[in-house]
Amino acid sequence: MAECQNLFTRVQVRCASYPVAPLPRGSWPRLGKPMISYWLGVIGDAQVGPTYLGAAGVASLICGFIAIEIIGLNMWASVNWDPIQFVRQLPWLALEPPSPAYGLRLPPLAEGGWWIMAGFFLTTSILLWWVRTYRRARALGLGTHVAWAFAAAIWLYLVLGFIRPLLMGSWSEAVPFGIFPHLDWTAALSIRYGNLFYNPFHALSIVFLYGSTLLFAMHGATILAVSRFGGEREVEQIIDRGTAGERAALFWRWTMGFNATMESIHRWAWWFAVLTPLAGGIGILLTGTVVDNWYLWAVKHDFAPIYPQTIPSTGDPARL
Amino acid sequence: MKIAFWASLALAAFFGTFMLLTAGWERPPIKSVQTGYRGLALEQNINPRREATVIARNQLPDVIPEASPEGPRASAVYENVQVLGHLSEEQFVRVMLAITDWVSRDEGCNYCHVAENLADDSLYPKRVARRMLQMTAHTNLSWQKHVRETGVTCYTCHRGQPVPEKIWFSNPGPVAARGPVGYRAGQNIAAASVGTTSLPFDPFPSLLNDDNVRVISTSALPSGDGASIKRTERTYALMMHMSRALGQNCTFCHNSRSFFDWNQSAPQRTSAWYGIRMVRDLNTNYLVPLTPTFPPHRLGPLGDVAKINCGTCHQGVNKPLLGASMLRDYPELNEVKQ
Repeated sequence: MAECQNLFTRVQVRCASYPVAPLPRGSWPRLGKPMISYWLGVIGDAQVGPTYLGAAGVASLICGFIAIEIIGLNMWASVNWDPIQFVRQLPWLALEPPSPAYGLRLPPLAEGGWWIMAGFFLTTSILLWWVRTYRRARALGLGTHVAWAFAAAIWLYLVLGFIRPLLMGSWSEAVPFGIFPHLDWTAALSIRYGNLFYNPFHALSIVFLYGSTLLFAMHGATILAVSRFGGEREVEQIIDRGTAGERAALFWRWTMGFNATMESIHRWAWWFAVLTPLAGGIGILLTGTVVDNWYLWAVKHDFAPIYPQTIPSTGDPARL
Repeated sequence: MKIAFWASLALAAFFGTFMLLTAGWERPPIKSVQTGYRGLALEQNINPRREATVIARNQLPDVIPEASPEGPRASAVYENVQVLGHLSEEQFVRVMLAITDWVSRDEGCNYCHVAENLADDSLYPKRVARRMLQMTAHTNLSWQKHVRETGVTCYTCHRGQPVPEKIWFSNPGPVAARGPVGYRAGQNIAAASVGTTSLPFDPFPSLLNDDNVRVISTSALPSGDGASIKRTERTYALMMHMSRALGQNCTFCHNSRSFFDWNQSAPQRTSAWYGIRMVRDLNTNYLVPLTPTFPPHRLGPLGDVAKINCGTCHQGVNKPLLGASMLRDYPELNEVKQ
């Protein structure tokens, strides 16, 4: 009978839970007894726990909880505490930043003050979580690549909700906390500033975003394809290239003339992922502060093509 | 293989149920008509299965046979004929019959008139109707840049009903909880007025005031005070209303690569520009002054009079009544005395 070899992990390691690395002095204890889950084993490691939270983790969770509570309760209040409307309207609901009239001053709670509070706690939570990723990596003797990749995402988050509003002199420029409302905000930002597609940093960000997915697919496919030769042992293949690594390299050299190596492909992927929010953040930071209309800016710098007008326009009636 | 099959089946069932239970989905195929140069997404998307409904909803009422302009004047035959007195009696009666068919089809003459004394002005609909006749003539004579030669009649908005279906009142928004919680800045609710988006749910004050709804910068670099994102969202909301009211995409008027640029816009945008000004004029000079004439139950939750927007005439099509001119059959309407 045919069987599925591609979608799920085929090998589940069942053994006594992993030997535990000693924690540095001053650490909090690990939480939870390890358990084995078949279903999690289908998509990842079958062993769940123990978890290390530590001071930063606990503080981050508390701040995150407070932020979500502020946002959720304000959303619920906006539909007069109606539980049915809260569920039905949830994608539409949001906690809005204050009106432009308040600039960078602290508005009353009823007019955006809660947004400032939610933003403060959410940001603290995220920064503490970053500290946690950094410290856990150090505690295990790892490099801090994950922490710096996470920092790139935090950069974009801070630009959107903090740095750009600061430079524009108004909290009202920031993004609302809500599902559809933040998408409307995005569309409004692009329209207001003359089409973000003409923002070169936006374009770069898209290149890296789509590039990331492409690299991810290429790499995943390559490793799966050579795993029958031991290719999934990528770290070993980096320093001691075996037939798996050679075949993978040959495949790409034959198909596109150039190939990454077992090591460099991971640097490619890391940089593409990191540059997505890094470039995007620069693009947002320049919008409204340095450039006011990206389309006209593109016209000025001669990279907006001119298309024929098939139905003649009648011009701006306000100028008649 | 088996597991993949069941997984995809479960996925399809999940999305299928989701689409069935949520509003706004239309099954393919959707007809796409290109309206501009290639590669610019200048196209209109039409659901061909809705065309029959649209045509059925926009059928014209039967035309009453033409009346002779000869004979005694209406003012000589009837009392208290203030704005149509110069018509012949035959023409006047024809207009009255047409209005009954257009505005109070089920209610009849007595919706406006006291049966014992037709000249009596005591019923408010009669006083409103007189002003509406003046509004119709004013629209046809002064706003040809929007209504062209097609013009409007009572039926364009009323469609047989005393109160047109698509009108607007100031919208205080949904009831919020007491206390300093639940700030929504006039948006973030699934609002039909803006196409069930979460944009500001009351974009219509811009159809009453002389708001400048232009928010996009006209220079590459910042210069002075630009529009805030919140003001942009208000304009965006008004545009969503227009899109819904006309049953058209953004690209009916705009080239989405550069929404503000008039030189890349379709001529329809100019027509819409005049439309906005026409609606402002009619709301300010005809409808708002009628506020004390209406009884309280005809006013909105904040006590304001019913006002018009793009949907009042257009009712989901880019040309009201699919472009048919009823005015051509009723030239008397343009002879109303102001």
